[in-house]
Amino acid sequence: MSTVVLLVVTGLGLGALYFLIASGLSLIFGLMDVLNFAHGAFLSIGAYATWWASGHLPGAGSDGFGFLVSVAFGVAAGTLAATLVELGVIRPLYGRHREQILVTVGLSLAVPALIQAVWGADPLTFPRPALVSGTVSLLGAAIPTDRFLLIAVAGLVLAGLLLFGSRTRYGLIVRAGVEDRAMVTALGIDVRKSFTLVFAIGGAAAALAGALGGLYFGVVTPFQGTSLLIFAFIVVVIGGTTSTVGCAVASVAVGMVQQFANYYTVAGLGDIAVVIVLAAVLLTRQGGLAGATAGRVA
Amino acid sequence: MSAAPAAPLLDVADLHVWIEGSHILQGVSFTVADHGVTSLLGRNGVGKTTTVKAVLGLVPRTGRTVFAGRDITADPTHAIASLGIGYVPEDRGVFAGLTVAENLRLAERRGQTPRYELVHDLFPELAKRAAQPAGTLSGGQQQMLAIGRVLLNENRLLIVDEPTKGLAPRVVAEVADAVARVAEEVPVLLVEQNLALVRRVAGQAVVVDAGRVVHTGAVLDLLDDAERTRELLGVSRTSAPATHPQGGTA
Repeated sequence: MSTVVLLVVTGLGLGALYFLIASGLSLIFGLMDVLNFAHGAFLSIGAYATWWASGHLPGAGSDGFGFLVSVAFGVAAGTLAATLVELGVIRPLYGRHREQILVTVGLSLAVPALIQAVWGADPLTFPRPALVSGTVSLLGAAIPTDRFLLIAVAGLVLAGLLLFGSRTRYGLIVRAGVEDRAMVTALGIDVRKSFTLVFAIGGAAAALAGALGGLYFGVVTPFQGTSLLIFAFIVVVIGGTTSTVGCAVASVAVGMVQQFANYYTVAGLGDIAVVIVLAAVLLTRQGGLAGATAGRVA
Repeated sequence: MSAAPAAPLLDVADLHVWIEGSHILQGVSFTVADHGVTSLLGRNGVGKTTTVKAVLGLVPRTGRTVFAGRDITADPTHAIASLGIGYVPEDRGVFAGLTVAENLRLAERRGQTPRYELVHDLFPELAKRAAQPAGTLSGGQQQMLAIGRVLLNENRLLIVDEPTKGLAPRVVAEVADAVARVAEEVPVLLVEQNLALVRRVAGQAVVVDAGRVVHTGAVLDLLDDAERTRELLGVSRTSAPATHPQGGTA
């Protein structure tokens, strides 16, 4: 029983991490038709900026409030990077999908290479605040505390995205734009502003995933974002490319499948199991889990 | 000495559109007066919808488009719409995942007071169904929402693309009434194959064939000439009830 509880909570924690990456990826693709391979780079930037801030930024640190400041700095760095990428690289290439893919793939390689050039290829130990160190006992299972933090943060981000979609004008524009971007512009709305906003939100969520991923794995590496991005893409395809709720459900499903398959079969088989789930979903529901409701962001 | 004729509200000259290598519009030129309804007519697939999309900048085009004295040829769609052009597309363009109220709220323009009273007076159904997702509305209700959405703002021109297409006869009459009432207040460029509706509301006709304008003139002059109507539009009966030739849903 305790094993199952442990696997469920750690699976949820991993799913939470995937959701933070995939939610932005899904919004960007849904609204802008941009397959953003550079999304993992925002995660790496967030992770390394958080790590750097914890040791160098005045007011920041590796514990308590100082760690929050470090994470805030990391998220700000990821948000800024995403905004600059959208304005400087993606915007001039709207509608030119091949070029967009090439440029985002280029960034996904260049950013980790740059990080590697500055801080080296070896894993760097990530700060671990006392509050999320150790384990919590739940139904006989000793669960790492940081998993609960991941789950809580992902829940807050999900709620925030849903509120953004339903309560704000920009959220309304994004939801409508995902359905029919041309019609939104025909209403007199400059949808490009929403593109930048969505890219910034996606970058912030990915950078947050970078910071929390550092807690989850205990280390940061230059290509952490790239490897996690693969699973985020799988989540987006399974969840339906335009549904935030579908994305959350798919994230949890992928995290769970990975954890259970790794434990009950052979370590490493979890990744293959995820690909099998992806194939099964694509064969049975081509629009992903969100299916016919794929037009909804909420 | 007679007064100079009023400048047209919309002046389209030598409009060309290529889509995936096909030369869809081959030099379309026409004008829309600053009052009444100008109808854009033609058989299926001759380029009527592409013409209005080109005017709005929704498809890449060359040529020259002047609206209210301003050259809008190079302007992006949102800037063109913001000049006061309301667009009701052929497929209605309502956002299925948004509620009726959200669809209307989205259409509100900065600096204008949204005219909800007018919209709800014309289409009371929209007030009753405010919280309903637009995707669950009937075809007729979606059309009312699409028209209501452009009436929310004070536009200088409405472009309405086949508003009665796919609607049941009783709904066609309701939509036709709405178009007629709207046309009393604001100039309309109406793309329509329902010639009974055209006869009822439109003053001028522009006929497109194979990507070119092949006829312009008064609607009644055209529709009263059965031979010419058959030649240009492929139909002969023009005074039938205002139901759409393709049938439809409520």
